[in-house]
Amino acid sequence: MDAKIVILGGGVGGTLTANLLVDRLGDAATVTVVDPTGMHAYQPGFLYVALGQANGRWLTRDERTLLDKRVELAIETADRVDPGTRTVHFASGGSIAYDYLVLATGARLVPEQIPGFIGAGHEFYSLTGALRLREELRRFRGGRILVGVAGIPYKCPPAPVEFTLMLEDQLRHRGLRERSEVTLLSPLNRAFTVESASKIVQPIMEQRGIKLSTFFNVEAVDPAKGTVSSIEGEEAEYDLLVLVPPHRGQSVIDASGLGDEGGWIPTDRNTLQHQKYDRIFAIGDATNLPISKSGSTAHFEAAVVASRLVSLVKGIAPKAAYEGRVMCFLETGGHRATTLRFDYTHPPVPPRPSMVWHTAKWVFNRLYWHTVPQGRVP
Amino acid sequence: MTLTQAAITKTIDARGMACPGPLMSLIGAIRAGAVGDTVAVLSGDAGSKTDIPAWVAKAKHELVEVAPADGYSTFVVRKAH
Repeated sequence: MDAKIVILGGGVGGTLTANLLVDRLGDAATVTVVDPTGMHAYQPGFLYVALGQANGRWLTRDERTLLDKRVELAIETADRVDPGTRTVHFASGGSIAYDYLVLATGARLVPEQIPGFIGAGHEFYSLTGALRLREELRRFRGGRILVGVAGIPYKCPPAPVEFTLMLEDQLRHRGLRERSEVTLLSPLNRAFTVESASKIVQPIMEQRGIKLSTFFNVEAVDPAKGTVSSIEGEEAEYDLLVLVPPHRGQSVIDASGLGDEGGWIPTDRNTLQHQKYDRIFAIGDATNLPISKSGSTAHFEAAVVASRLVSLVKGIAPKAAYEGRVMCFLETGGHRATTLRFDYTHPPVPPRPSMVWHTAKWVFNRLYWHTVPQGRVP
Repeated sequence: MTLTQAAITKTIDARGMACPGPLMSLIGAIRAGAVGDTVAVLSGDAGSKTDIPAWVAKAKHELVEVAPADGYSTFVVRKAH
């Protein structure tokens, strides 16, 4: 009998896992992707939409067009997983049984956790938020801009730094720089978590007159006073506030008792198996691993999980292991970027920002739809 | 098992995790936890030895213990407020 593999989530990790599995298992498995919308979003593009450098249309595609024909797609909201009976229950009342389950459910934004954020603060972590921020920036004529982080963990750790540098660039080109003050509220004691990258970014910020406020983890917004406060006990004033909203795991993880207090899935850092359930794997933003929540992480993890599942279905001992591989770009403004490549044993050594990496990111963004979900990028 | 180990609410193994890194993971866990919770972070990153105590002092939490081991240290932090 063929193995039933169910994948929750049609983002980069879920889609790639499904395509790799049918490619390598053929008729030996039935592979089903369950996704609540059936639409696939390219989230790294939200940054460019917010800054008016891209329109929203190229950021979403019908998930069906990205999946191999042999993959089943169920457009359903998964309500609950029962690991005992190996069943996923849907909000519609239906259900699906599995032999192996891959949780690629991603993260959800919970801005409501920060008092005063909704309505007063902007974000570029959703398409709706990015479009709203783009309009706000079009109307902006000068003032104090704060860019900060309102919850940890969050997707794409370089994004607030990238946004700040690219925004400053835009203000200069629009002739608004003299009338504006740009401040990055960093959760850490430097601009960016990776020290070597911080050493590249901080001099650029200084040179462009971008202020850096360190150890500022946003706790609350006071729209009446136009201030934001930190868990470290400080306050800052804004005219325009851009925050990375708090994230947590999806409701289905909570409802199934599969996650920790943040809704993140306890995952083995090498096998990517659930720490309690051998037949459940987790990839991408949904895991509790203290590594970057990024498409690139999901991409590399998908290949490991697919390989382990192929072995399990064929009855051989799985050998593939995730070694913490991540690769991402970091835009530094002025059409320049650097790149961060690392794994558990090799820390990143970012090159000097150049137009080469900026162009590489641009090309990657353009080619994404035709390469990554199909497994054409190793 | 020492008294400190027995009281740990959450342990984060951030060894080899450059991004978002041990301190960011600690801040996340302290934010999410309840007052009185004790979080242990395992880090092999040299910067943690200064970064973690600096944040704990600024945010007015309590650094309970720094236990060096082979190639990494364990930082134990209690959420004070």
